[in-house]
Amino acid sequence: MITVSDLRKVYQQGSKDIVALDGVTLEVPTGKIHGIVGHSGAGKSTLVRCLTLLDQPTSGSVSVNGKELTNVSSEELRNARRRIGMVFQHANLFDSRTTEQNVAYPLELVGTPKDQVASKVAELLELVGLSQFAKAYPSQLSGGQRQRVGIARALTTDPDVLLCDEPTSALDPKTTDEILELVKELRDRLNITVLIITHEMHVVKQACDSVSLLEGGKIVEHGDIEAVITNATGRLASTLLPLPGDAPRAEGSGPILDLLYTGQQATEPVISSLARQFNTDVNVLAGSVEQLGDQQYAHLRLQLNADADLEAIVNHLTSTGIAVTVKGAK
Amino acid sequence: MNFFTPTVLKAMGTATVETLEMVVISGIITVVIGLALGILLHVTGKGGLAPIRWLNVVLSAIIVNITRSIPFAILMVALIPFSAMVVGTSLGPIAASVSLTIGTIPFFARLVETALRDVSAGKVDAALVMGSTKMQTIRKVLVPEAMPGIISAVTTTVVTLIGYSAMAGLVGGGGLGRMAYTYGYTRYNMPIMITTIIIIVVLVQLVQIIGDAIARKIDHR
Repeated sequence: MITVSDLRKVYQQGSKDIVALDGVTLEVPTGKIHGIVGHSGAGKSTLVRCLTLLDQPTSGSVSVNGKELTNVSSEELRNARRRIGMVFQHANLFDSRTTEQNVAYPLELVGTPKDQVASKVAELLELVGLSQFAKAYPSQLSGGQRQRVGIARALTTDPDVLLCDEPTSALDPKTTDEILELVKELRDRLNITVLIITHEMHVVKQACDSVSLLEGGKIVEHGDIEAVITNATGRLASTLLPLPGDAPRAEGSGPILDLLYTGQQATEPVISSLARQFNTDVNVLAGSVEQLGDQQYAHLRLQLNADADLEAIVNHLTSTGIAVTVKGAK
Repeated sequence: MNFFTPTVLKAMGTATVETLEMVVISGIITVVIGLALGILLHVTGKGGLAPIRWLNVVLSAIIVNITRSIPFAILMVALIPFSAMVVGTSLGPIAASVSLTIGTIPFFARLVETALRDVSAGKVDAALVMGSTKMQTIRKVLVPEAMPGIISAVTTTVVTLIGYSAMAGLVGGGGLGRMAYTYGYTRYNMPIMITTIIIIVVLVQLVQIIGDAIARKIDHR
């Protein structure tokens, strides 16, 4: 479990104070994958540097399984850092070392006996599927393979938390999905807590159990994927499950409704039952239906007849657990 | 007419040995001290592992820059009393090595600093996040990752030393520089002049070829 409370970071730039982190509080329970999304400049990089204490936060605290990282001696900090495995955007492998030497690095630091190092490294390379590349140098590996080595290296110290900073942003879509699958698999096997910092919504949809939206150094929205995706007033819903950009414009004068729903309702014939029950026509303007994990999610834009009983329809939809936003009539 | 009398050949051999002596002695000391100085320059600098502003200013702006701005020919002459104090004589390859070393350390240190700066900050971050001490980060990450650049710096420095050693020969160091001056310049003995040049060119080429080969061998980037 990782707990961050009221983390603030203020940079001094000339005589001006730049607030990069403005009271970030968050908690990721053991065994969960949490995504932190935000545009560039939202404070993602600063957050990563403060979480690993590469930068000293101005105030607030970070703790891993109840063990404080902030305000500790440099020796304690070094030990605490070993509780966090970090995966970088560009893997940051050491070019002068082979795959196995890279993975062995954290053990080498504390003088682990050679035979123990060898068995741990072999086990980790097996885990990430790179056993046959043990003697290869990073320059001989593909981007995805390098990231796998990076992940193996991050797991060398059996950390409680895996912190991934834009882990797939330099990878192609297919490799991205492979890496995310690997992260999920590792979480299941090792029951490790994972924090993924990213600007890609795809990563959140593919891998995360919960998500936070970081903006202007603050977390402005957070929750489980299911909750944020069906929260019609939230900002994450429409970015996680956007309607196709080239959705046709409404032509009639009937009211337009946006529907967000999940699970049970997604598999039910919402529209046809609506048409039957209220004896009206329903026109689908746009929609996206996705399967994320074992859940189905749908985002539909409907247009009703101008004479439809809008209030009754909205009430009916809401009562079945569908989040409805009325876009108004055109 | 035979220019290469046994006496001349013997002098040529001695001169070559003296040049090698100067280059090897000052080369080894320069690499050892210059590497440490280069690491200090990088580590204490802005954004380094342990920024210490005053120390960086003293090392960089005062020691390195001032030494480097004095032309070697002048520095060499100015250092004659100092060399005499250190090794007890101002003559011979050992004495010349003192001024050669002092003249090339700042040059080599700067090259090392540049090579270290080329190591991406992300690698240093990775080392720290994995729980490395600053010393471990320097020894196990910073220097090994910069090694191809450091080897190139050593090659460039040794080539420079060969050139400087010829100059040092003129003020008592001996070696091929002295040989070229005595036979080639004062006695107008062109063949001997050309021969010393050829030996120096061959030395430089050898150093460059060996240096490049080592750099290629250890460069896995």
